[in-house]
Amino acid sequence: MSFFSWAWDWVTTDANWHGSGSIPQQLVAHLGYSVLPLLIAALIGVPVGVAIGHRGGKGAVVVINVGNAWRAIPTLGLLTLLAVFLGFSPLTWLLPLVVLAIPPILVNAYEGVAAVDPSIKDAAAGMGMTPWQQVTRVEIPNALPLILVGLRTAAIFVVATATIAAYIGLGGLGRFIIDGLASNQYGPVAGGALLVVILAVLVLALFAGLSRLVIPAGLRKQAKTE
Amino acid sequence: MMWSWIPSNWSLIWQLTWENTKLGVLPALYGLVISLPLGVLAARWRWVYPPVLTVVNILYAVPSLALFIALIPAFGLTDTTVIIALTVFSLCVILPNVVAGLRAVPAAVTQAATAMGYGPLRRLATVELPLAVPVILAGLRIGVVASISLASVGQLIGVSSLGYLFIDGLQRSFPTEIYVGLFLVIVLALVCDLILVAVKRALTPWAPRPERQPRRQQRRQQLTGAAS
Repeated sequence: MSFFSWAWDWVTTDANWHGSGSIPQQLVAHLGYSVLPLLIAALIGVPVGVAIGHRGGKGAVVVINVGNAWRAIPTLGLLTLLAVFLGFSPLTWLLPLVVLAIPPILVNAYEGVAAVDPSIKDAAAGMGMTPWQQVTRVEIPNALPLILVGLRTAAIFVVATATIAAYIGLGGLGRFIIDGLASNQYGPVAGGALLVVILAVLVLALFAGLSRLVIPAGLRKQAKTE
Repeated sequence: MMWSWIPSNWSLIWQLTWENTKLGVLPALYGLVISLPLGVLAARWRWVYPPVLTVVNILYAVPSLALFIALIPAFGLTDTTVIIALTVFSLCVILPNVVAGLRAVPAAVTQAATAMGYGPLRRLATVELPLAVPVILAGLRIGVVASISLASVGQLIGVSSLGYLFIDGLQRSFPTEIYVGLFLVIVLALVCDLILVAVKRALTPWAPRPERQPRRQQRRQQLTGAAS
């Protein structure tokens, strides 16, 4: 049997949808594990990226190289290390996911602001905007498409990786995968994996919709004509 | 930290490092080899690219562990499963860069090459691809670093890598092992990254050494390319 037939059989088995540790419960738990780290990472990554992008100049090399090196940190390693020291403290799952989510958010926020057309910035300054107004009314709106790409990438990373939180005994969709692997049952393993994939694709769709809502109309027109 | 653990487990550490190197570097190289022809096609026929990019974006959203699992029925709990899955991820990172790099070649340059009598293939191989090298390698760098880091997840389906040190360390509540694993994964990724930076320098002798401005432009193209 293939992956999909295993996954389909398991997902469509009625018993898996009821009781404790059922699919809906773990789905909610999975979202819980995903939203908080993403929010924290956004609160750190976006302001720092925007600030460095606004100042311009020497930040570029640092941001790109630190961002690249940061990606090398293996989430599983960080998670197991914290689990040894902190046990089941919330920090154990929170910290690795925040660490995972920061680089794409930071790098894209930086790139977005740094790449704003200098003539637009000059115009903003020429109109007498304060630096704060330049950042919030001109640079951030112009950088929004890239900021959203960063948030989207981070969201997908987090949703995908929250799976391995189950490895240290937490809930979420990874529960099915880890337990299934431990008991040599491919059904829940495939089913859990399929649900994570569906969730990740939903996140993609959500961000596609979101970018339509929040990106200024002028920028969208420009993107179309390019 | 129990330093004495390291020398007494030297051969294990060395073997796991080697496995991890293989699981990280091969997928990035395969990803590059597949991305090049695909990217050339997508850069030439513009209508090919949007659907390809959608597929790439969706594939990239697939969790690594889920992809490993999906491949188990076909390839079992083997290196092949991990290498194929990581190749897919590398492809997702490298392909957009190949397209962005090729598209960023100035029209005047390609026209000059044509005027000098270069056929399409020769122009591609001797003019366009060399000019796209910095952007392509920027993607390859991310691909290698991510593969090396993700290879450790393969340990969850029993494929040997430095991830073994994480899992064994957790089970034995022995942080030294996890420190060693973390350190080696990060060092391995950074070494590969530096090698690629050196390769880029060697392949683009005409590039200005400080190279700040061009690089920023490339990153921008790469990122906006992924956004559209």
